[in-house]
Amino acid sequence: MAEYRLMKGNEVIAEAAIRFGCDGYFGYPITPQSEIMETLMLRKPWEETGMVVLQAESEVAAINMVYGGAACGKKVLTSSSSPGISLKQEGITYIAGAELPCVIVNVVRGGPGLGTIQPAQSDYFQAVKGGGHGDYRLIVLAPASVQEMNDFVGLGFDLAFKYRNPVMILSDGVIGQMMEKVQLGDFKPRWTDAEIIKMHGSWATTGKTPDRKHNIITSLELDSYRQEKFNHKLTAKYKTISENEVRFEEISCEDAEYLFIAYGSSSRICQKAIELARAKGIKVGLLRPITLFPYPTKKIQSMLSKLKGILAVEMSAGQMVEDVRLAVEGKVPVEHFGRFGGVIPTPNEVVQALEEQIIKRK
Amino acid sequence: MAEINEIIKPENLVYAKSKVLTDNVMSYCPGCTHGVVHKLIAEVIEEMDIQEKTIGVCPVGCSVLAYNFLDIDWQQAAHGRAPAVATAVARLKPEKIVFAYQGDGDLASIGTAEIIHACNRGENMVVIFINNGIYGMTGGQMAPTTLEGMPTSTSPYGRDIKMTGHPLRITELIAQLPGTNFVTRQAAHTPASVRKCKKAIRKAFDNVAAKKGTSFIEVVSTCSSGWKLSPVKSNEWMVEHMFPFYKLGDLKDE
Amino acid sequence: MTEEIIIAGFGGQGVLSMGKILAYSGIMQDQEVSWMPSYGPEMRGGTANVTVILSDNRISSPILQEYDTAIILNQQSMDKFEKSVKKGGTLIYDPNGIIHPPTRKDITIYKVEAAEEAAKMQSAKSFNMLVLGAFLKIKPIVKLENIIKGLKKSLPERHQHLMPMNEKAITRGMEIIYEVK
Repeated sequence: MAEYRLMKGNEVIAEAAIRFGCDGYFGYPITPQSEIMETLMLRKPWEETGMVVLQAESEVAAINMVYGGAACGKKVLTSSSSPGISLKQEGITYIAGAELPCVIVNVVRGGPGLGTIQPAQSDYFQAVKGGGHGDYRLIVLAPASVQEMNDFVGLGFDLAFKYRNPVMILSDGVIGQMMEKVQLGDFKPRWTDAEIIKMHGSWATTGKTPDRKHNIITSLELDSYRQEKFNHKLTAKYKTISENEVRFEEISCEDAEYLFIAYGSSSRICQKAIELARAKGIKVGLLRPITLFPYPTKKIQSMLSKLKGILAVEMSAGQMVEDVRLAVEGKVPVEHFGRFGGVIPTPNEVVQALEEQIIKRK
Repeated sequence: MAEINEIIKPENLVYAKSKVLTDNVMSYCPGCTHGVVHKLIAEVIEEMDIQEKTIGVCPVGCSVLAYNFLDIDWQQAAHGRAPAVATAVARLKPEKIVFAYQGDGDLASIGTAEIIHACNRGENMVVIFINNGIYGMTGGQMAPTTLEGMPTSTSPYGRDIKMTGHPLRITELIAQLPGTNFVTRQAAHTPASVRKCKKAIRKAFDNVAAKKGTSFIEVVSTCSSGWKLSPVKSNEWMVEHMFPFYKLGDLKDE
Repeated sequence: MTEEIIIAGFGGQGVLSMGKILAYSGIMQDQEVSWMPSYGPEMRGGTANVTVILSDNRISSPILQEYDTAIILNQQSMDKFEKSVKKGGTLIYDPNGIIHPPTRKDITIYKVEAAEEAAKMQSAKSFNMLVLGAFLKIKPIVKLENIIKGLKKSLPERHQHLMPMNEKAITRGMEIIYEVK
């Protein structure tokens, strides 16, 4: 029988990293995600698997350590919460520009500025639309349970190496701080240099051997035409990702006349709201985007003919709703409901918003 | 012509470019110290036979393109972050020899935190610090190491220390840190100083091969373009103005 | 079966660990569980609360505004959560420090004088296990053997010797709870 544990979302990130054969973690303390590094330091994986864990002097240093480790072909991870993720943006765009694989965990808290330490989903734009400078995209995974915090570490590294692109796990204070039942993965050995080369080619800085040219990891291209060519290459990669890696979950959608679209902890609240609304006879379902980039645009479009209205529920002042509207193209009413600044919407509020903003809408 | 071909024979060879240097034409200005230091690093790598083991981390600045000139695996770091990038290489690939190559704006201004903490942790790496007292690549702006009264494009009337603070002798700070084992300040403007500088670089690489922690080499350098002097005049100006403030010699050798 | 519980009191009363033991016990009998604490600076000596859900089905929201059962251990929590008990639901409280007892007539209210009993037992640390025992008497949603297993799982190695004391407190808690009519 599978062994289940009761663990916090944050603790699970640490345990999953060790079990997935992660080579290094570099981080800096910030609430509400400090348990990730605390768990790693307590677990001492360097004795078990050789995994390196280092508390860096800053978020800036931590993400650049990730750059250095990823450029060696290693599986490296960093985590932070919103203000710290802002500090990491320089490093993230360099990682994207140098086409390096890595996983970045953002356990989102309310902002702007120092904001609050309570949960929020107000970093959607930053994660999905950019954050750092230049034309790049992150693959963004949105866990809605402690189990997914575990699963997305492995999935994140798989996607990161498959596309040589940074992956962000966009979590929040609810998923990070709550405990749920979780089934951990089996221990996988860390890759050797030879395995890295066999699986992913010899792009990494593993030391120049006579059989190949020297490897250079850089995001610099002083020739505009060559830079444009590189931008085209990135764009093509993002298109491939959009075609192949969209992930979502549908709940109670078979007969739905109305639809909630929500990710992460908001999607959990919407599930409860569905129970409450259906008890009142309202046929409402939930589309939960699991990947925020790529976004399930086509899926939304395929559902429109049966729908009378969509409520985008997120703990922000209205960010993901823009992607819903882009998908819907005005064909059905789309409204946004959010609580933010660290306030978590209640299921009743969500039902009320559905009734007032969508169902009774003139 | 026939006479020359008579002379070009292996037994007559007195000097050859290091095999670790690529055939790319260097992008540095005439008289620039970068080229000399690149050559010295290449020679040390070749002599130690560590081309397959060496990973270089280059900065933002004129030497951003260092990766084109040394035939080793390279990582190009964000501005000032080379010590953090090199930290990960040193930790995740302890069997390799990693060096960070940085200029004064990169190391002593925007990357102050990264260099101090990497050296304080005693990361097993060589740091080569090219100090020419100016931002070369962006066109001659004031650097943290710009001398008092020295004109630059952002201190056109000379550096006013009341406004911008004093030039930073960061190597003296680095020498205080227990993580460093060898901290030295060198130059490369005469045959003798070039030989001395190479010895220091060799020692630093030997230290890292022996896992002794951080070895830090500052090379007081010129920037003819930024200083708006000829290469020869630049060397003279460096001896006269830079050396009294940035005194050459070992600060620490444990 | 789904049971949605809020446990609320002061930081240091063992509110979070009581919830954790309950959640672990649910896992021991193959249920779905969630444990969602209030977190942040208010935890340091101030109020602490945790929402625990045990269910035979997938759990939707880990954060609720209505509960099947509220276990209330200080006045602030009474003020906040008495009104959050579902109609027909259960409120269990320790009268110690409660100035304004609960007044609702549409719920069942129980008292457990756990603080007083812990003092009698000369074991302040038994407080939360007394409360847990009391809850289980009223809501036997998990088997006692699974509670013991859950307790064992959630106690750190250095506290394993406290198992007998905790077991005793759980049993005692079951004896001292009574309905307020």
